[in-house]
Amino acid sequence: MLLIGERINGMFKDIREAILNQNSEPVRHWANYQYKAGADYLDLSPGPAVEIEDQPQVMTWLVKTVQKAVPLPCCLDSTNPAAIQAGLSAHQGKAIINSTSADQKKMDILFPLALKYKAAIIGLTMNEKGVPQNAADRLTLAMELVVNADQHGLPTEDLYLDPVVLPCNVAQEQGKEVLETIRQIKILATPPPRIVIGLSNVSQNCPNRNLLNRTFLIMGLAAGLDAAIVDLTDENLLEAVAAARILLNQDIYCDSFLSVFKKRR
Amino acid sequence: MPVKIIRENWSGKVNTTSLGVEPKAIKIGGEGALPFLYFEGEIPYRPVVACEVWDEKPNDWPDLLTAPFAGVLGDPVAWAKKCLAYGADLICLRLAGAHPETKNKSPQECALVAQRVYAAINTPLIVVGCGEDAKDAAVLPAVAKALTGKYCLLGWATAENYQTITTACDIYGHSLIASSPLDISLAKQLNILITEMGFNPGSVIIDPLVGALGYGLEYAYSIMERIRLSALTGDKMLAMPIICFVGQETWKTKEATSTSLECPTWGEQARRAILWELLTAVTLTQAGGTIMVMRHPETVSHFLAHLLQGR
Repeated sequence: MLLIGERINGMFKDIREAILNQNSEPVRHWANYQYKAGADYLDLSPGPAVEIEDQPQVMTWLVKTVQKAVPLPCCLDSTNPAAIQAGLSAHQGKAIINSTSADQKKMDILFPLALKYKAAIIGLTMNEKGVPQNAADRLTLAMELVVNADQHGLPTEDLYLDPVVLPCNVAQEQGKEVLETIRQIKILATPPPRIVIGLSNVSQNCPNRNLLNRTFLIMGLAAGLDAAIVDLTDENLLEAVAAARILLNQDIYCDSFLSVFKKRR
Repeated sequence: MPVKIIRENWSGKVNTTSLGVEPKAIKIGGEGALPFLYFEGEIPYRPVVACEVWDEKPNDWPDLLTAPFAGVLGDPVAWAKKCLAYGADLICLRLAGAHPETKNKSPQECALVAQRVYAAINTPLIVVGCGEDAKDAAVLPAVAKALTGKYCLLGWATAENYQTITTACDIYGHSLIASSPLDISLAKQLNILITEMGFNPGSVIIDPLVGALGYGLEYAYSIMERIRLSALTGDKMLAMPIICFVGQETWKTKEATSTSLECPTWGEQARRAILWELLTAVTLTQAGGTIMVMRHPETVSHFLAHLLQGR
Protein backbone atom coordinates (compact mmCIF):
# COMPACT_ATOMS: atom_id res chain seq x y z
CA MET A 1 0.00 0.00 0.00
CA LEU A 2 0.96 3.62 -0.47
CA LEU A 3 1.70 5.46 2.77
CA ILE A 4 1.34 9.23 2.47
CA GLY A 5 2.85 11.23 5.34
CA GLU A 6 0.39 13.79 6.74
CA ARG A 7 2.72 15.88 8.85
CA ILE A 8 3.69 18.76 6.54
CA ASN A 9 0.41 20.56 6.89
CA GLY A 10 -0.32 24.13 7.97
CA MET A 11 -2.85 22.76 10.44
CA PHE A 12 0.15 21.83 12.62
CA LYS A 13 1.49 24.77 14.58
CA ASP A 14 5.18 24.23 13.80
CA ILE A 15 4.51 24.00 10.06
CA ARG A 16 2.18 26.99 10.11
CA GLU A 17 4.88 29.09 11.78
CA ALA A 18 7.54 27.72 9.46
CA ILE A 19 5.47 28.80 6.46
CA LEU A 20 4.73 32.26 7.85
CA ASN A 21 8.40 32.83 8.74
CA GLN A 22 9.82 31.09 5.63
CA ASN A 23 11.80 28.87 7.98
CA SER A 24 12.60 25.66 6.13
CA GLU A 25 13.98 23.78 9.13
CA PRO A 26 10.71 22.22 10.47
CA VAL A 27 9.67 21.27 6.92
CA ARG A 28 12.99 19.56 6.29
CA HIS A 29 12.81 17.86 9.68
CA TRP A 30 9.39 16.33 8.98
CA ALA A 31 10.33 15.43 5.43
CA ASN A 32 13.32 13.48 6.74
CA TYR A 33 11.42 11.95 9.63
CA GLN A 34 8.60 10.65 7.45
CA TYR A 35 11.01 9.49 4.76
CA LYS A 36 12.92 7.42 7.31
CA ALA A 37 9.68 6.06 8.77
CA GLY A 38 8.82 4.63 5.35
CA ALA A 39 6.55 7.18 3.66
CA ASP A 40 6.00 6.67 -0.07
CA TYR A 41 4.60 10.17 -0.58
CA LEU A 42 4.53 13.34 1.50
CA ASP A 43 1.33 15.34 1.72
CA LEU A 44 2.00 19.10 1.52
CA SER A 45 -0.68 21.49 2.64
CA PRO A 46 -0.20 25.25 3.20
CA GLY A 47 -3.22 25.17 5.50
CA PRO A 48 -5.96 27.73 6.09
CA ALA A 49 -3.73 30.40 7.66
CA VAL A 50 -2.12 31.27 4.31
CA GLU A 51 -3.84 34.02 2.32
CA ILE A 52 -5.32 32.73 -0.91
CA GLU A 53 -3.07 34.86 -3.12
CA ASP A 54 0.02 33.59 -1.27
CA GLN A 55 -0.88 29.91 -1.62
CA PRO A 56 0.79 29.23 -5.01
CA GLN A 57 4.07 30.64 -3.81
CA VAL A 58 3.87 28.74 -0.49
CA MET A 59 3.12 25.46 -2.30
CA THR A 60 6.11 26.01 -4.60
CA TRP A 61 8.31 26.68 -1.58
CA LEU A 62 7.07 23.53 0.19
CA VAL A 63 7.65 21.32 -2.86
CA LYS A 64 11.16 22.66 -3.43
CA THR A 65 12.13 22.50 0.23
CA VAL A 66 10.86 18.94 0.63
CA GLN A 67 12.31 17.55 -2.60
CA LYS A 68 15.67 19.11 -1.82
CA ALA A 69 15.65 17.23 1.50
CA VAL A 70 14.34 13.79 0.49
CA PRO A 71 13.89 11.77 -2.72
CA LEU A 72 10.12 11.46 -2.42
CA PRO A 73 7.21 12.57 -4.57
CA CYS A 74 4.54 14.79 -3.03
CA CYS A 75 0.81 14.90 -2.64
CA LEU A 76 -0.21 18.50 -3.28
CA ASP A 77 -3.00 19.27 -0.84
CA SER A 78 -5.02 22.41 -1.53
CA THR A 79 -8.51 23.48 -2.56
CA ASN A 80 -6.93 26.24 -4.65
CA PRO A 81 -6.19 25.12 -8.26
CA ALA A 82 -3.62 27.92 -8.66
CA ALA A 83 -1.65 26.49 -5.71
CA ILE A 84 -1.90 22.99 -7.20
CA GLN A 85 -0.64 24.20 -10.55
CA ALA A 86 2.26 26.06 -8.96
CA GLY A 87 3.20 22.95 -6.98
CA LEU A 88 2.98 20.73 -10.06
CA SER A 89 5.29 22.90 -12.10
CA ALA A 90 7.92 22.86 -9.33
CA HIS A 91 7.54 19.12 -8.67
CA GLN A 92 9.93 16.34 -9.76
CA GLY A 93 8.48 12.89 -10.40
CA LYS A 94 4.86 11.76 -10.27
CA ALA A 95 2.82 14.03 -8.00
CA ILE A 96 -0.62 13.33 -6.59
CA ILE A 97 -3.19 16.13 -6.65
CA ASN A 98 -5.15 16.26 -3.40
CA SER A 99 -7.95 16.73 -4.48
CA THR A 100 -10.99 17.28 -6.62
CA SER A 101 -14.55 16.63 -5.50
CA ALA A 102 -17.28 15.35 -7.80
CA ASP A 103 -18.31 18.94 -8.67
CA GLN A 104 -18.34 19.27 -12.44
CA LYS A 105 -16.56 22.64 -12.30
CA LYS A 106 -13.71 21.32 -10.17
CA MET A 107 -13.31 18.14 -12.20
CA ASP A 108 -13.11 20.17 -15.41
CA ILE A 109 -10.22 22.18 -13.99
CA LEU A 110 -8.30 19.51 -12.09
CA PHE A 111 -8.47 16.43 -14.35
CA PRO A 112 -6.85 18.35 -17.27
CA LEU A 113 -4.21 19.60 -14.83
CA ALA A 114 -3.43 16.03 -13.74
CA LEU A 115 -3.20 14.98 -17.36
CA LYS A 116 -0.93 17.87 -18.32
CA TYR A 117 1.57 17.14 -15.54
CA LYS A 118 1.14 13.32 -15.72
CA ALA A 119 0.09 13.45 -12.06
CA ALA A 120 -2.29 11.17 -10.18
CA ILE A 121 -5.30 12.76 -8.53
CA ILE A 122 -7.50 12.07 -5.53
CA GLY A 123 -11.24 12.30 -6.18
CA LEU A 124 -13.42 12.86 -3.11
CA THR A 125 -16.82 11.20 -3.18
CA MET A 126 -18.53 14.44 -2.20
CA ASN A 127 -19.88 17.41 -4.13
CA GLU A 128 -21.28 20.89 -3.58
CA LYS A 129 -24.08 19.31 -1.52
CA GLY A 130 -21.61 17.88 0.98
CA VAL A 131 -20.60 14.38 2.07
CA PRO A 132 -23.16 11.63 1.31
CA GLN A 133 -24.56 9.85 4.31
CA ASN A 134 -24.41 6.33 2.95
CA ALA A 135 -22.39 4.00 0.75
CA ALA A 136 -24.82 4.05 -2.17
CA ASP A 137 -24.62 7.83 -2.56
CA ARG A 138 -20.85 7.80 -2.18
CA LEU A 139 -20.73 5.19 -4.88
CA THR A 140 -22.80 7.33 -7.25
CA LEU A 141 -20.24 10.09 -6.88
CA ALA A 142 -17.39 7.60 -7.27
CA MET A 143 -18.91 6.56 -10.58
CA GLU A 144 -19.17 10.20 -11.67
CA LEU A 145 -15.50 10.68 -10.87
CA VAL A 146 -14.49 7.52 -12.77
CA VAL A 147 -16.54 8.49 -15.83
CA ASN A 148 -15.28 12.08 -15.84
CA ALA A 149 -11.68 11.00 -15.44
CA ASP A 150 -12.13 8.60 -18.33
CA GLN A 151 -13.71 11.30 -20.51
CA HIS A 152 -10.74 13.53 -19.84
CA GLY A 153 -8.42 10.70 -20.84
CA LEU A 154 -6.91 10.16 -17.39
CA PRO A 155 -5.63 6.58 -16.93
CA THR A 156 -7.67 4.70 -14.29
CA GLU A 157 -4.52 3.91 -12.32
CA ASP A 158 -3.96 7.63 -11.83
CA LEU A 159 -7.30 8.13 -10.09
CA TYR A 160 -7.50 7.58 -6.34
CA LEU A 161 -11.04 7.66 -4.98
CA ASP A 162 -11.43 8.96 -1.44
CA PRO A 163 -14.68 7.83 0.24
CA VAL A 164 -14.30 10.64 2.84
CA VAL A 165 -13.68 9.38 6.37
CA LEU A 166 -15.48 11.30 9.12
CA PRO A 167 -14.69 11.48 12.84
CA CYS A 168 -16.20 8.54 14.69
CA ASN A 169 -17.23 10.67 17.68
CA VAL A 170 -19.61 12.78 15.60
CA ALA A 171 -20.50 10.51 12.69
CA GLN A 172 -20.20 7.04 14.11
CA GLU A 173 -22.50 5.39 11.56
CA GLN A 174 -20.25 6.57 8.69
CA GLY A 175 -17.32 4.22 9.36
CA LYS A 176 -19.29 1.25 8.14
CA GLU A 177 -20.50 3.17 5.09
CA VAL A 178 -16.93 4.07 4.14
CA LEU A 179 -15.83 0.43 4.38
CA GLU A 180 -18.80 -0.67 2.28
CA THR A 181 -17.96 2.04 -0.27
CA ILE A 182 -14.39 0.70 -0.52
CA ARG A 183 -15.69 -2.83 -1.20
CA GLN A 184 -18.14 -1.59 -3.83
CA ILE A 185 -15.66 0.69 -5.61
CA LYS A 186 -13.44 -2.32 -6.19
CA ILE A 187 -16.12 -3.88 -8.41
CA LEU A 188 -17.00 -0.65 -10.16
CA ALA A 189 -14.60 -0.92 -13.07
CA THR A 190 -11.78 -3.04 -14.49
CA PRO A 191 -9.05 -2.39 -13.56
CA PRO A 192 -10.58 -1.35 -10.25
CA PRO A 193 -10.01 2.29 -9.30
CA ARG A 194 -7.54 2.88 -6.48
CA ILE A 195 -8.74 4.04 -3.10
CA VAL A 196 -7.18 6.39 -0.58
CA ILE A 197 -8.38 7.70 2.76
CA GLY A 198 -7.32 10.49 5.07
CA LEU A 199 -7.01 8.17 8.03
CA SER A 200 -6.49 10.44 11.01
CA ASN A 201 -9.83 12.13 10.42
CA VAL A 202 -11.54 9.05 11.85
CA SER A 203 -10.21 9.84 15.33
CA GLN A 204 -10.41 13.66 15.31
CA ASN A 205 -10.78 14.91 18.93
CA CYS A 206 -10.97 11.40 20.34
CA PRO A 207 -8.83 9.77 23.03
CA ASN A 208 -6.78 6.72 21.98
CA ARG A 209 -6.40 8.15 18.52
CA ASN A 210 -3.68 5.73 17.46
CA LEU A 211 -5.80 2.74 18.38
CA LEU A 212 -8.77 4.04 16.41
CA ASN A 213 -6.59 4.94 13.42
CA ARG A 214 -4.84 1.61 13.40
CA THR A 215 -8.03 -0.43 13.69
CA PHE A 216 -9.75 1.49 10.92
CA LEU A 217 -6.77 1.29 8.60
CA ILE A 218 -6.62 -2.49 8.91
CA MET A 219 -10.37 -2.78 8.31
CA GLY A 220 -9.90 -0.60 5.23
CA LEU A 221 -7.02 -2.73 3.95
CA ALA A 222 -9.14 -5.84 4.29
CA ALA A 223 -11.86 -4.11 2.25
CA GLY A 224 -9.43 -3.19 -0.55
CA LEU A 225 -7.84 0.12 0.41
CA ASP A 226 -4.71 1.00 -1.63
CA ALA A 227 -3.36 4.14 0.03
CA ALA A 228 -3.80 6.30 3.11
CA ILE A 229 -2.66 9.65 4.39
CA VAL A 230 -1.29 8.69 7.79
CA ASP A 231 0.61 9.66 10.91
CA LEU A 232 4.03 8.10 10.35
CA THR A 233 5.13 8.80 13.91
CA ASP A 234 2.78 6.00 14.95
CA GLU A 235 5.04 2.97 14.96
CA ASN A 236 2.23 0.58 15.95
CA LEU A 237 0.33 1.64 12.87
CA LEU A 238 3.23 0.64 10.62
CA GLU A 239 3.63 -2.68 12.41
CA ALA A 240 -0.06 -3.39 11.91
CA VAL A 241 0.32 -2.63 8.20
CA ALA A 242 3.23 -5.09 8.02
CA ALA A 243 1.05 -7.76 9.63
CA ALA A 244 -1.94 -6.96 7.42
CA ARG A 245 0.19 -7.25 4.29
CA ILE A 246 1.18 -10.74 5.36
CA LEU A 247 -2.36 -11.77 6.29
CA LEU A 248 -3.73 -10.43 3.01
CA ASN A 249 -1.01 -12.32 1.08
CA GLN A 250 0.49 -9.11 -0.28
CA ASP A 251 4.00 -9.91 0.97
CA ILE A 252 5.56 -13.35 1.07
CA TYR A 253 5.67 -14.52 4.67
CA CYS A 254 9.01 -14.98 6.40
CA ASP A 255 9.86 -15.03 10.09
CA SER A 256 11.51 -11.60 9.81
CA PHE A 257 8.46 -10.02 8.15
CA LEU A 258 8.34 -7.13 10.59
CA SER A 259 11.96 -6.05 10.22
CA VAL A 260 11.79 -6.61 6.47
CA PHE A 261 8.81 -4.27 6.21
CA LYS A 262 10.52 -1.63 8.30
CA LYS A 263 13.72 -1.85 6.28
CA ARG A 264 11.95 -2.03 2.94
CA ARG A 265 13.61 1.10 1.69
CA MET B 1 -8.90 -4.91 -35.96
CA PRO B 2 -5.41 -4.09 -34.69
CA VAL B 3 -4.26 -6.29 -31.81
CA LYS B 4 -3.10 -4.39 -28.78
CA ILE B 5 -0.32 -6.20 -26.96
CA ILE B 6 -0.98 -6.00 -23.24
CA ARG B 7 2.25 -5.48 -21.35
CA GLU B 8 2.77 -5.95 -17.67
CA ASN B 9 4.91 -3.23 -16.10
CA TRP B 10 7.08 -4.63 -13.35
CA SER B 11 8.64 -2.49 -10.66
CA GLY B 12 11.36 -4.94 -9.63
CA LYS B 13 14.19 -6.82 -11.22
CA VAL B 14 16.19 -9.97 -10.59
CA ASN B 15 19.74 -9.34 -9.35
CA THR B 16 22.59 -9.75 -11.80
CA THR B 17 25.36 -12.09 -10.69
CA SER B 18 28.70 -12.58 -12.37
CA LEU B 19 30.59 -15.86 -12.03
CA GLY B 20 34.15 -16.67 -13.02
CA VAL B 21 36.97 -14.54 -14.35
CA GLU B 22 37.14 -12.58 -17.61
CA PRO B 23 37.29 -13.37 -20.47
CA LYS B 24 35.24 -16.43 -19.53
CA ALA B 25 33.05 -14.82 -16.88
CA ILE B 26 29.35 -15.64 -17.13
CA LYS B 27 26.57 -13.27 -16.17
CA ILE B 28 23.15 -14.44 -15.08
CA GLY B 29 19.96 -12.80 -13.85
CA GLY B 30 18.99 -9.19 -14.49
CA GLU B 31 15.53 -10.13 -15.75
CA GLY B 32 12.87 -7.44 -15.63
CA ALA B 33 10.12 -9.71 -16.96
CA LEU B 34 8.82 -13.26 -16.70
CA PRO B 35 10.93 -15.89 -18.51
CA PHE B 36 11.00 -15.60 -22.31
CA LEU B 37 8.61 -12.62 -22.41
CA TYR B 38 11.16 -10.53 -24.26
CA PHE B 39 8.54 -7.95 -25.28
CA GLU B 40 7.73 -7.14 -21.66
CA GLY B 41 11.08 -6.25 -20.19
CA GLU B 42 14.78 -6.73 -20.22
CA ILE B 43 16.10 -10.31 -20.29
CA PRO B 44 19.81 -9.62 -20.74
CA TYR B 45 21.21 -13.14 -20.29
CA ARG B 46 20.05 -16.60 -21.25
CA PRO B 47 19.79 -19.45 -18.75
CA VAL B 48 23.02 -21.41 -18.48
CA VAL B 49 23.86 -25.09 -18.24
CA ALA B 50 26.22 -26.54 -15.69
CA CYS B 51 27.34 -30.15 -15.99
CA GLU B 52 27.94 -32.22 -12.91
CA VAL B 53 31.41 -33.56 -12.23
CA TRP B 54 32.10 -35.65 -9.14
CA ASP B 55 35.29 -35.97 -7.19
CA GLU B 56 34.60 -39.72 -6.93
CA LYS B 57 33.27 -42.26 -9.36
CA PRO B 58 29.50 -42.34 -8.73
CA ASN B 59 28.28 -45.84 -7.94
CA ASP B 60 24.56 -45.34 -8.43
CA TRP B 61 24.48 -43.89 -11.94
CA PRO B 62 22.85 -46.08 -14.60
CA ASP B 63 24.99 -47.30 -17.50
CA LEU B 64 23.21 -44.91 -19.82
CA LEU B 65 24.59 -42.03 -17.81
CA THR B 66 28.12 -43.35 -17.22
CA ALA B 67 28.67 -44.35 -20.88
CA PRO B 68 29.30 -40.80 -22.23
CA PHE B 69 31.95 -40.35 -19.53
CA ALA B 70 33.72 -43.68 -19.99
CA GLY B 71 37.37 -43.38 -18.98
CA VAL B 72 37.05 -40.09 -17.13
CA LEU B 73 34.86 -41.03 -14.15
CA GLY B 74 37.04 -40.82 -11.07
CA ASP B 75 39.25 -38.21 -12.75
CA PRO B 76 37.46 -34.90 -12.12
CA VAL B 77 39.85 -32.86 -14.26
CA ALA B 78 39.40 -35.02 -17.36
CA TRP B 79 35.69 -35.31 -16.62
CA ALA B 80 35.29 -31.53 -16.44
CA LYS B 81 37.10 -31.08 -19.77
CA LYS B 82 34.82 -33.67 -21.32
CA CYS B 83 31.76 -31.78 -20.09
CA LEU B 84 33.01 -28.56 -21.65
CA ALA B 85 33.58 -30.44 -24.90
CA TYR B 86 29.93 -31.54 -24.67
CA GLY B 87 28.87 -27.88 -24.57
CA ALA B 88 28.39 -27.06 -20.89
CA ASP B 89 28.61 -23.35 -20.00
CA LEU B 90 30.11 -24.09 -16.62
CA ILE B 91 31.06 -26.98 -14.38
CA CYS B 92 29.40 -28.04 -11.15
CA LEU B 93 31.88 -30.00 -9.05
CA ARG B 94 30.20 -32.15 -6.43
CA LEU B 95 32.37 -33.21 -3.51
CA ALA B 96 30.51 -36.46 -2.95
CA GLY B 97 33.60 -38.07 -1.44
CA ALA B 98 33.47 -35.68 1.51
CA HIS B 99 30.41 -37.41 2.93
CA PRO B 100 31.11 -38.87 6.37
CA GLU B 101 29.41 -42.11 5.34
CA THR B 102 31.48 -42.60 2.19
CA LYS B 103 35.12 -41.53 1.90
CA ASN B 104 34.89 -38.76 4.49
CA LYS B 105 37.57 -36.76 2.63
CA SER B 106 39.20 -33.91 4.52
CA PRO B 107 38.53 -30.25 3.69
CA GLN B 108 42.12 -29.96 2.40
CA GLU B 109 41.70 -32.91 0.01
CA CYS B 110 38.47 -31.41 -1.29
CA ALA B 111 40.01 -27.97 -1.72
CA LEU B 112 42.85 -29.48 -3.73
CA VAL B 113 40.44 -31.21 -6.13
CA ALA B 114 38.51 -27.98 -6.63
CA GLN B 115 41.71 -26.09 -7.28
CA ARG B 116 42.96 -28.64 -9.81
CA VAL B 117 39.67 -28.68 -11.67
CA TYR B 118 39.54 -24.90 -11.89
CA ALA B 119 43.16 -24.65 -13.02
CA ALA B 120 42.47 -27.13 -15.83
CA ILE B 121 39.33 -25.50 -17.19
CA ASN B 122 39.51 -21.77 -16.38
CA THR B 123 35.73 -21.72 -16.69
CA PRO B 124 33.27 -20.51 -14.06
CA LEU B 125 32.95 -23.19 -11.42
CA ILE B 126 30.19 -24.22 -9.05
CA VAL B 127 31.32 -26.32 -6.11
CA VAL B 128 28.80 -28.12 -3.95
CA GLY B 129 29.61 -30.20 -0.93
CA CYS B 130 28.21 -33.59 -0.03
CA GLY B 131 24.91 -32.25 1.27
CA GLU B 132 25.67 -33.01 4.91
CA ASP B 133 25.30 -29.62 6.64
CA ALA B 134 28.08 -29.93 9.20
CA LYS B 135 30.59 -31.45 6.77
CA ASP B 136 29.80 -28.86 4.10
CA ALA B 137 30.41 -26.12 6.67
CA ALA B 138 33.86 -27.62 7.27
CA VAL B 139 34.73 -28.29 3.62
CA LEU B 140 33.46 -25.17 1.85
CA PRO B 141 35.62 -22.61 3.70
CA ALA B 142 38.73 -24.55 2.62
CA VAL B 143 37.42 -24.69 -0.96
CA ALA B 144 36.58 -20.97 -0.84
CA LYS B 145 40.11 -20.15 0.22
CA ALA B 146 41.73 -22.40 -2.41
CA LEU B 147 39.65 -20.68 -5.12
CA THR B 148 40.30 -17.11 -3.99
CA GLY B 149 39.76 -14.60 -6.77
CA LYS B 150 38.00 -17.07 -9.07
CA TYR B 151 34.47 -15.84 -8.25
CA CYS B 152 32.97 -19.28 -7.91
CA LEU B 153 29.53 -20.32 -6.69
CA LEU B 154 29.57 -22.44 -3.54
CA GLY B 155 26.83 -24.47 -1.91
CA TRP B 156 24.85 -25.48 -0.13
CA ALA B 157 24.23 -22.90 2.56
CA THR B 158 21.22 -24.02 4.61
CA ALA B 159 19.47 -22.67 7.68
CA GLU B 160 21.78 -24.93 9.71
CA ASN B 161 25.17 -23.98 8.33
CA TYR B 162 24.82 -20.66 6.49
CA GLN B 163 26.92 -18.64 8.94
CA THR B 164 30.24 -20.37 8.29
CA ILE B 165 29.67 -20.63 4.55
CA THR B 166 28.51 -17.04 4.23
CA THR B 167 31.56 -15.77 6.09
CA ALA B 168 33.89 -17.84 3.89
CA CYS B 169 32.23 -16.69 0.65
CA ASP B 170 32.37 -13.11 1.84
CA ILE B 171 36.06 -13.21 2.73
CA TYR B 172 37.18 -15.02 -0.43
CA GLY B 173 34.81 -13.24 -2.82
CA HIS B 174 32.51 -16.04 -3.95
CA SER B 175 28.78 -16.28 -4.54
CA LEU B 176 26.75 -18.79 -2.58
CA ILE B 177 23.80 -21.10 -3.06
CA ALA B 178 21.12 -20.63 -0.40
CA SER B 179 19.14 -23.83 -0.19
CA SER B 180 15.80 -24.40 1.49
CA PRO B 181 13.31 -27.25 1.15
CA LEU B 182 10.57 -26.20 -1.33
CA ASP B 183 9.16 -23.38 0.77
CA ILE B 184 9.12 -19.77 -0.34
CA SER B 185 8.96 -18.40 3.21
CA LEU B 186 11.98 -20.40 4.29
CA ALA B 187 13.85 -19.31 1.15
CA LYS B 188 13.10 -15.68 1.91
CA GLN B 189 14.05 -16.05 5.56
CA LEU B 190 17.38 -17.67 4.69
CA ASN B 191 18.18 -14.87 2.24
CA ILE B 192 17.41 -12.35 4.98
CA LEU B 193 19.65 -14.13 7.49
CA ILE B 194 22.49 -14.31 4.95
CA THR B 195 22.23 -10.66 3.92
CA GLU B 196 21.88 -9.54 7.53
CA MET B 197 25.44 -10.80 7.96
CA GLY B 198 26.47 -8.08 5.50
CA PHE B 199 26.68 -10.45 2.53
CA ASN B 200 25.92 -8.88 -0.85
CA PRO B 201 22.40 -9.97 -1.95
CA GLY B 202 23.68 -9.83 -5.53
CA SER B 203 25.92 -12.81 -4.76
CA VAL B 204 23.17 -15.10 -3.49
CA ILE B 205 21.59 -17.76 -5.73
CA ILE B 206 18.42 -19.50 -4.58
CA ASP B 207 18.21 -23.30 -4.66
CA PRO B 208 14.53 -24.05 -4.01
CA LEU B 209 15.13 -27.83 -4.12
CA VAL B 210 13.21 -28.81 -7.21
CA GLY B 211 11.54 -32.10 -8.07
CA ALA B 212 11.74 -33.94 -11.39
CA LEU B 213 8.86 -34.55 -13.77
CA GLY B 214 6.39 -36.76 -11.91
CA TYR B 215 8.07 -36.07 -8.58
CA GLY B 216 6.76 -32.67 -7.53
CA LEU B 217 7.70 -30.68 -10.62
CA GLU B 218 4.45 -28.70 -10.50
CA TYR B 219 5.07 -27.81 -6.88
CA ALA B 220 8.59 -26.60 -7.64
CA TYR B 221 7.26 -24.72 -10.64
CA SER B 222 4.68 -22.80 -8.65
CA ILE B 223 7.17 -21.90 -5.93
CA MET B 224 9.71 -20.68 -8.45
CA GLU B 225 7.01 -18.72 -10.23
CA ARG B 226 6.02 -17.04 -6.97
CA ILE B 227 9.65 -16.25 -6.23
CA ARG B 228 10.00 -14.62 -9.64
CA LEU B 229 6.73 -12.70 -9.36
CA SER B 230 7.82 -11.43 -5.94
CA ALA B 231 11.15 -10.30 -7.37
CA LEU B 232 9.41 -8.48 -10.20
CA THR B 233 7.03 -6.76 -7.82
CA GLY B 234 9.95 -5.49 -5.74
CA ASP B 235 10.65 -8.07 -3.02
CA LYS B 236 14.43 -7.68 -2.76
CA MET B 237 14.79 -10.71 -0.53
CA LEU B 238 13.52 -12.94 -3.33
CA ALA B 239 15.22 -11.13 -6.22
CA MET B 240 17.95 -13.74 -6.61
CA PRO B 241 18.56 -15.94 -9.66
CA ILE B 242 17.54 -19.57 -9.18
CA ILE B 243 19.64 -22.70 -9.60
CA CYS B 244 17.96 -26.05 -10.33
CA PHE B 245 19.64 -29.39 -9.69
CA VAL B 246 17.83 -31.09 -12.53
CA GLY B 247 20.20 -34.01 -13.07
CA GLN B 248 20.30 -34.99 -9.44
CA GLU B 249 16.51 -35.23 -9.33
CA THR B 250 15.98 -36.85 -12.72
CA TRP B 251 18.54 -39.60 -12.44
CA LYS B 252 17.02 -41.07 -9.32
CA THR B 253 13.56 -41.54 -10.87
CA LYS B 254 12.58 -45.02 -11.98
CA GLU B 255 11.56 -43.58 -15.34
CA ALA B 256 15.17 -42.57 -15.99
CA THR B 257 16.95 -45.53 -14.41
CA SER B 258 14.84 -48.49 -15.53
CA THR B 259 16.27 -50.21 -18.59
CA SER B 260 14.28 -50.96 -21.70
CA LEU B 261 14.29 -54.65 -20.69
CA GLU B 262 12.93 -53.95 -17.22
CA CYS B 263 10.12 -51.72 -18.50
CA PRO B 264 9.49 -52.61 -22.13
CA THR B 265 6.17 -50.74 -22.28
CA TRP B 266 7.86 -47.46 -21.36
CA GLY B 267 9.86 -47.28 -24.54
CA GLU B 268 13.60 -47.20 -25.06
CA GLN B 269 15.47 -46.05 -21.96
CA ALA B 270 17.88 -43.69 -23.72
CA ARG B 271 15.10 -41.67 -25.29
CA ARG B 272 12.90 -41.84 -22.21
CA ALA B 273 15.53 -40.85 -19.66
CA ILE B 274 16.97 -38.00 -21.67
CA LEU B 275 13.51 -36.65 -22.38
CA TRP B 276 12.80 -36.89 -18.66
CA GLU B 277 15.80 -34.73 -17.80
CA LEU B 278 15.11 -32.38 -20.71
CA LEU B 279 11.43 -31.84 -19.89
CA THR B 280 12.27 -31.18 -16.27
CA ALA B 281 14.88 -28.59 -17.27
CA VAL B 282 12.75 -26.89 -19.92
CA THR B 283 9.79 -26.63 -17.53
CA LEU B 284 11.88 -25.18 -14.74
CA THR B 285 13.39 -22.63 -17.12
CA GLN B 286 9.85 -21.49 -17.92
CA ALA B 287 9.31 -21.08 -14.18
CA GLY B 288 12.34 -18.80 -13.86
CA GLY B 289 15.29 -21.15 -13.35
CA THR B 290 18.60 -19.62 -14.44
CA ILE B 291 21.31 -22.19 -13.79
CA MET B 292 20.36 -25.71 -14.83
CA VAL B 293 22.64 -28.37 -13.38
CA MET B 294 22.38 -31.43 -15.62
CA ARG B 295 24.08 -34.75 -16.14
CA HIS B 296 23.59 -36.31 -19.57
CA PRO B 297 25.44 -34.60 -22.44
CA GLU B 298 22.60 -35.28 -24.84
CA THR B 299 20.18 -33.45 -22.60
CA VAL B 300 22.59 -30.52 -22.59
CA SER B 301 22.72 -30.26 -26.37
CA HIS B 302 18.92 -30.59 -26.73
CA PHE B 303 18.39 -28.01 -24.01
CA LEU B 304 20.77 -25.50 -25.56
CA ALA B 305 19.18 -26.02 -28.97
CA HIS B 306 15.80 -25.35 -27.39
CA LEU B 307 17.04 -22.15 -25.73
CA LEU B 308 18.68 -20.75 -28.84
CA GLN B 309 15.57 -21.53 -30.86
CA GLY B 310 13.62 -19.43 -28.36
CA ARG B 311 15.55 -16.28 -29.22
